Amino acid sequence: MTVDRRTFLRAGMAAGTTALAVGAGLLSPGRVLAAWPKNAFMATSLDDALKAMNLSGAQASSQVMVDAPDIAENGAVVSVTVKTELPDVQSITVLVPKNTMPLISSYEFGPQTEGFITSRIKMRETSDVIGVVKAGGKLHMAKKPVKVTLGGCGG
Amino acid sequence: MAKKKMKIRAWMDGDRANVKAIIFHPMETGQRKDKATGKVIPAHYITEVKCTHNGKTVLTCLWGPGVSKNPFMSFRFRGAKKGDTLKIAWVDNKGNTGEGEATIK
Repeated sequence: MTVDRRTFLRAGMAAGTTALAVGAGLLSPGRVLAAWPKNAFMATSLDDALKAMNLSGAQASSQVMVDAPDIAENGAVVSVTVKTELPDVQSITVLVPKNTMPLISSYEFGPQTEGFITSRIKMRETSDVIGVVKAGGKLHMAKKPVKVTLGGCGG
Repeated sequence: MAKKKMKIRAWMDGDRANVKAIIFHPMETGQRKDKATGKVIPAHYITEVKCTHNGKTVLTCLWGPGVSKNPFMSFRFRGAKKGDTLKIAWVDNKGNTGEGEATIK
């Protein structure tokens, strides 16, 4: 036998777990975890994260707005809104360059969905928050500096 | 399948639907240490969230550990009407899933 027993068992177990997830899940097979770009989320530099998401080379645009507080007292909960008036928005991606893992979240939009997303993110330290918008096949970006007060003492 | 709670509000504003949702989830990054034991708390976070309206996906969220605990999100879409159902389903890095739905008001 070319496949040794251990490898064979592991493969079988992995397949079993996946089948279980699909069976229990609401998402169709192939969508479960497969679409989640692990490389991009685990990247530790902004450039690597952007590259892994195919978002390199975004141009700064006044049509993209990143709305976040000037000062965030608690870095664990920073409310960030990214919006754009651009038509045909395909995705919006939120990044914080100084976080250990800069890629925070990426939102893929349906054709009916407006270029608007609000979410709460974690920030390790004072940094820019970057919003990258993919609209009509082109990349646009904007950023907003957020000062993070450490300690959460409300200073 | 772990049963986790979720809050969804959806309402019409003119011709577009507004949606606000909170999913109750610890969103552990895997970098925090338990202060009592000094051990790293294993990563546990939502990776993918799908929002569907009448069977059509309006928003797919790909999340990393950088999204806050008990994640909140808000978005808008067109083509809905009062009484429609909006569904939100998520899956986390441990394979847990959750689902919630709301009627658009």
